[in-house]
Amino acid sequence: MQIYLPIAEVAVNAFLLIGLGGIVGLMSGMFGVGGGFLITPLLFFIGIPPAIAVATGANQVVASSVSGVLGHVKRRTVDFRMGGVLLVGGLIGSALGVEVFNLLQKVGQVELVVQLSYVIMLGVVGSMMFAESLRALRRTRAGARAKRRHHGWIHALPFRMKFRTSGLYLSVIPPLVVGMLVGVLSAMMGVGGGFIMVPAMIYLLGMPTKVVIGTSLFQITFVTAFTTLMHAVNYNTVDVMLAVLLIIGGVTGAQIGTQLGSRLRAEQLRILLALVVLGVCVKLAMDLFLTPENLYSLTPGII
Amino acid sequence: MRWLANILASLWLAVCAALPVVAQEEEAPIMSFPSPETTRGGEPAPPPEAREQVVAGISSDAVSITTSFDGSEIIIYGAVRRETPIPGSSLLNVIVTVEGPGRSVTIRRKQRKLGIWVNTESVVVGTAPSFYSVATTGALRLILDEAEDARYRISIPTAMRAFARPVNVDDPAHFTEAMINQRLADGTYNLRENGVQLVEDTLFRADFRLPANLIEGTYKVRIFLVRQGKVIDSYSAPLEVRKVGLERWLYRLAFDQPLLYGLMSLFIAAAAGWGASAAFRALQRK
Repeated sequence: MQIYLPIAEVAVNAFLLIGLGGIVGLMSGMFGVGGGFLITPLLFFIGIPPAIAVATGANQVVASSVSGVLGHVKRRTVDFRMGGVLLVGGLIGSALGVEVFNLLQKVGQVELVVQLSYVIMLGVVGSMMFAESLRALRRTRAGARAKRRHHGWIHALPFRMKFRTSGLYLSVIPPLVVGMLVGVLSAMMGVGGGFIMVPAMIYLLGMPTKVVIGTSLFQITFVTAFTTLMHAVNYNTVDVMLAVLLIIGGVTGAQIGTQLGSRLRAEQLRILLALVVLGVCVKLAMDLFLTPENLYSLTPGII
Repeated sequence: MRWLANILASLWLAVCAALPVVAQEEEAPIMSFPSPETTRGGEPAPPPEAREQVVAGISSDAVSITTSFDGSEIIIYGAVRRETPIPGSSLLNVIVTVEGPGRSVTIRRKQRKLGIWVNTESVVVGTAPSFYSVATTGALRLILDEAEDARYRISIPTAMRAFARPVNVDDPAHFTEAMINQRLADGTYNLRENGVQLVEDTLFRADFRLPANLIEGTYKVRIFLVRQGKVIDSYSAPLEVRKVGLERWLYRLAFDQPLLYGLMSLFIAAAAGWGASAAFRALQRK
């Protein structure tokens, strides 16, 4: 069934969009990632103009993360205080990211920088996570208990705060910085940043895995809501018809994902996420290194 | 031959009904390319005894984009009006074009730098039609002189307009060629030689398929009568492509009230997320 999208000005198959939303929603519920890093390129592949894919992707992420976070609130696996600190950093970072984006656009290299940073970050995060969770899996198999890592320098920082849900007594500086970095990424790549934040929360902040996903979803909900609004007001690039179709699939997927996620062990979950992150990284790297089929690309408008 | 006479008569009635509307709208050229009507003034008019004129109609003068819009068919038909017998000395050819509103396009080329493919050079085209379709009675190269093509901007490469910025690449033609090839491949541009049926050198008909990814605006239909490579008469009429109903309402809201539109999008997203979560909880309780 073809449906005409009013803002994107293209006709697309409605069931294809619902299916895409479903897959991304599933990941969102399972791993606590918003799925922006998947939905944006996927929309681009089916012929949605890039600017509209970024903005509408953000709107779809709002829905799937709301859907996901509510499940976690119910199970008390959201650290609201940590989420709040991350959010403050996120909003500052988002504003910074818009500035950097404009600067790069003037130089004309925004595409390359975004793609390169995707490859580098996904590569580093993915392989770190993969190696760590393999080690953790082996340790638990051997019967030994996984021991909580201690980061001396992080615990020496000032402005410490008690995060009861996470069981941490930690300086607010590291979460603020993590939130800010993710905010920059969110504004520049149209992603929620969960794929960076989840590992950062586990390995850098030392949060227990069971509260990481809910807290990450909590932060993503608000950062992507902010991003959506900015795009709608400044560039008129949110296509609500497209968003609704993605959301129908997305919220259903997110619920199923949350259920699946609670049945899997944390280490297995992390290995799966690591594989997905590495997969996307390899695909993007191939686009950079392999000779493209078409050397020329068209972008509407004067840029 | 009675059937032909019948068709001619009914066509004539349809054309007479359509003509006043067409004449009125012709006065305001909307597109960026020079209107054929204006160029005709400076040219020596063809000798009056050889005068052949085109009269034509379109199956519908407006295309409505609705939610379920997945393309549209339009039929452009017409007849050649003449006071004298058909000149037997040369072949009559008909060319019909349909052109969508112009939009600017940035064309970029990738080059390998340090092992990775990077966009290095770009060319900006000021206005290129968002849709362009040409149908003819024969091979375009054989029936139309190059000079005439350049004047009326009929073939696909000539329909693209000037560069928006000073060109700083050595081979801008490669860029526009790449753009045209890409659009030919995705069907946005097309040339259908023998796409116009001409009966008895008098009646003609061309069918056009407008694709699903149509943008809103005033499209332009042009018809050219060609003899010995020269355009002897032309006709042009607008074709409105408009969003209607929900499509129109959403589009207007997004551009006139962007804050409201953004908040609405967020509300829908949040409500859907909450709704799904609540529904699944209810399901689990059972």
